[in-house]
Amino acid sequence: MSGVRVLVGTRKGAFVLSSDGHRKDWKVDGPLFGGWEVYHVKGSPVDPNRIYASQSTGWFGQLIQRSNDGGRTWEPAGNEFAYDGVPGTHQWYDGTPHPWEFARVWHLEPSLTDPDTVLAGVEDAALFRSSDGGESWKELPGLREHGTGPSWQPGAGGMCLHTIIVSPSDPRRIYVAISAAGAFRTDDGGESWRPINRGLHSETIPDPDAQVGHCVHRLAIHPSRPEVLYMQKHWDVMRSDDAGDSWFEVSGNLPSDFGFAIDVHAHEPETIYVVPITSDSEHYPPEGKLRVYRSRTGGNEWEPLTKGLPQSNCYVDVLRDAMAVDSLDSCGVYFGTTGGQVYASADSGDSWQAIVRDLPAVLSVEVQTLA
Amino acid sequence: MIRVVLPAHLKTLAHVEREIELEVTGQVTQRSVIDAIEARYPVLRGTIRDPTTQKRRPYVRFFACEEDLSHEPPDALLPEPVATGAEPYHVVGAIAGG
Repeated sequence: MSGVRVLVGTRKGAFVLSSDGHRKDWKVDGPLFGGWEVYHVKGSPVDPNRIYASQSTGWFGQLIQRSNDGGRTWEPAGNEFAYDGVPGTHQWYDGTPHPWEFARVWHLEPSLTDPDTVLAGVEDAALFRSSDGGESWKELPGLREHGTGPSWQPGAGGMCLHTIIVSPSDPRRIYVAISAAGAFRTDDGGESWRPINRGLHSETIPDPDAQVGHCVHRLAIHPSRPEVLYMQKHWDVMRSDDAGDSWFEVSGNLPSDFGFAIDVHAHEPETIYVVPITSDSEHYPPEGKLRVYRSRTGGNEWEPLTKGLPQSNCYVDVLRDAMAVDSLDSCGVYFGTTGGQVYASADSGDSWQAIVRDLPAVLSVEVQTLA
Repeated sequence: MIRVVLPAHLKTLAHVEREIELEVTGQVTQRSVIDAIEARYPVLRGTIRDPTTQKRRPYVRFFACEEDLSHEPPDALLPEPVATGAEPYHVVGAIAGG
């Protein structure tokens, strides 16, 4: 029987949540790497037993862990992330030049075709690739060096490359997003890059329509429509129908268009999900009600999904990498909170249940749909 | 034989429960001791010092013989009791944060 495996990264370790296709009864394994921050855990689409995890602390730095048995056992892989050449400077919070310094891996994106190939998005922002199962890492320097890098500035969470999407129709096309620089695209496998931020408008920067400097929080696509991108920006939910060449706003009737997470239904490319957050200074849901908003029109028209979610006194946040969908016939939607809850819906968001309620603050949620 | 006490998280990574003992060839310095730690336990590469710059991680400290050696040059000789194994060399995670 089919099933799902939910991979959860938290402030104090990783957890693996497993269920059959009904997604009613869950087994919780963990913590893995207890006491360490696990920013991201993600499995290979072509070999679900191969899973990569980013393990780090401010004390002892970065490790990459790899599993070959679906997360039961793990082995450390390579952890040397050396920028290519002399990396130069970006802007610091006060606008002064600041040298590029590696801090951690925010996001691991396994290849769509090869379990040993994986991309890593890091802070300070850069993109690395491994072709040997994470043993060695080489930067794709064309992103950092394409020209706008010296003007990039960190967001509150650091200058992180947090989103990596490889186009399912063309592996040479890769989208990334950086806080607070914006979105970027390569069409040649990572050799050359350009900003794709036309149409973004951010009142928090000197030129609201600047080429770079936008605090993009998250990008999402549906595999069947790789030219259509959805974005949760610091403020504004945005959409592009031309691979990021231009963007338009689809925030519509959301109670707040600030937020972090955004994702797309597995079988309905115009059905998207966000979790509105009150504001950039109030990182909790409006009115203390935890509501996922769903649009079945590709944006603009949104409906609140509340069944099974707390509708009073809820002041958690849902971070950018903490929402995912499975691909079972009835699409499952999952998200984790900074309060340690992981919620699951087996019916496209109509109703929700908490798989667990008391984990450490959740940093990331990924789902593997198992045959 | 050099004795080294690791912080709890690094013991977990290295799969050791107590202090470790290492052979160090040549002069006994912080660099040679950490080289020996990393050679014996490759998983610890990058956890004590940055793998690129070789600088001590900011939240890691080195103590021995009731002295803080964290700011000593990496090639300075360690105290004789550490070199003879009478006293252990402590790798310490700073008491900070959650």
